[in-house]
Amino acid sequence: MPDWMTDLSVWLRVGEILLGAMVILLPLLAVVAYYTYAERKIVGFIQMRLGPSRVGPRGLFQPIADVLKLLTKEVVLPAQASRGLFLLAPLAALVPALGAWAVVPFDDGLWLANIDAGLLYVLALTSLGAYGIIIAGWASNSKYALLGAMRQAAQVVSYEIAMGFALVGVLMLSGSLNLAAIVQAQSGGILDWFFLPLLPLLLVYLVSGVAETNRLPFDVVEGESELVAGFHVEYSGSAFAVFFLAEYSAMILISALTATLFFGGWLSPLEGTQIAQAVPVLDSGIHWWLLKTAFFMFCFLWFRGTFPRYRYDQIMRLGWKVFIPVTLIWIFVLGAARYAGFTG
Amino acid sequence: MAFQTLLFYLFGTVLLAAAAAAVTLRNMVHAALSLILSFFTAAMLWMLLEAEFLSILLVLVYIGAVLVLFLFVVMMVERHTPTIHRRRNYRIVASAVAAVMVAELGMALLAPDFSPTAQPLPAPLEYSNTKALGSVLYTDYALAFEAAAVALLVAIVGAIALTLRVRPDHHRQNPARQSRVRKQDRLRLTDGRSEPPC
Repeated sequence: MPDWMTDLSVWLRVGEILLGAMVILLPLLAVVAYYTYAERKIVGFIQMRLGPSRVGPRGLFQPIADVLKLLTKEVVLPAQASRGLFLLAPLAALVPALGAWAVVPFDDGLWLANIDAGLLYVLALTSLGAYGIIIAGWASNSKYALLGAMRQAAQVVSYEIAMGFALVGVLMLSGSLNLAAIVQAQSGGILDWFFLPLLPLLLVYLVSGVAETNRLPFDVVEGESELVAGFHVEYSGSAFAVFFLAEYSAMILISALTATLFFGGWLSPLEGTQIAQAVPVLDSGIHWWLLKTAFFMFCFLWFRGTFPRYRYDQIMRLGWKVFIPVTLIWIFVLGAARYAGFTG
Repeated sequence: MAFQTLLFYLFGTVLLAAAAAAVTLRNMVHAALSLILSFFTAAMLWMLLEAEFLSILLVLVYIGAVLVLFLFVVMMVERHTPTIHRRRNYRIVASAVAAVMVAELGMALLAPDFSPTAQPLPAPLEYSNTKALGSVLYTDYALAFEAAAVALLVAIVGAIALTLRVRPDHHRQNPARQSRVRKQDRLRLTDGRSEPPC
């Protein structure tokens, strides 16, 4: 038997990692469930409706009812579908959306993995999420699903470039790919956060994030007026639920990353002032991270309630002719400022 | 057997199987997906070599972007008619290319850098191969790097020039004009009586 198999510390470390993954994923699943509730309530209020109100007090048990319904429904395999790929696709969408959470820093020292290339890892995993949708569209043997998958492929590849360039700005200011180091580079109070010097890149990043997760107003992938439901038209029951889960955890991930990369992660806006030292709640901590993430999660729903869907050619124009030039120019401006001696 | 060795053989097996499937499968989408799997396992092998920057870059650029477009094209092909024709003249060319590649690989493997005794020194703890790669790329090899960038730019311009068709009958949207439209330009309120057509 090899050495590492009998070494207890190896197995303890494995157990520690699995436990850490559980501690992140279980709350995440609960948040996804209640995010759907929040979405229906908030969009309801925006449209002067009540939203879900029947199951439990103020409809609070609605997500649980929905989960039970989805889990007990049959997963229908369409005739002529590519069986293996049809069932693989939901997992291919979910795994990257959950895997990226491994490197997200929640508080100083509170993370599952603190890897050097964390930012690249997150970017790589979010780009892998596209495969779930593309495979689903092709394997369903349905023209609507295939058209949805085609749109998705074009859209994700276009916006990924703008997203990557927006992150280059973060990289230039922080000088590190490590997410925790990026947060630490923003310490010193709200004026030291990266959203001020990187304002154009922040906007590009946030809008690209909405486009990458196929949320309104960029949801031509499942635009119900022309494609019925797009790539997941043939999915039912728990297979559909897994797609849902992947989409919502990707939305939460983009919110968390926006908070981490541009708004100082766990840092308090009053950091270093006397007020923050006197009142412990106002000092840096995980609650600031949660608050910022929740705000951007709200923005996703706000956008959905506010903007009409983009036309396909408008999406492509925005990605290639507006966002990419904006990011390139801002990277040049940052480089010039760096060269001229401005730092931070 | 050390854990790394075990992983190496695992990834190596998957890599070889996926690469073999990519060239033998008749269904083009399945072949493209096998190619993705083989790229991904190659990235994992690089990770074992502690080249995590290059490894993640391989995933990000090749799997995340290039192969998405690859699949995009392959999926357009009709599903139940795999259109790979077996033509003899292709086979001759393919064998010639394969022979050259095998010869080159053999020469590389016989070189002293690849001998089992040429183990790399363990890197110091604070060593970051991302930084090392960057500093080499932008100093020692800056010229080669720039040349590669220019070559890519030429390729992009060439690809656009080859595929760009200017069609005189093409109706084009002008987004600036579209968003400048006001109610008065499109809507005319009348008092409800029928009017002679204008």
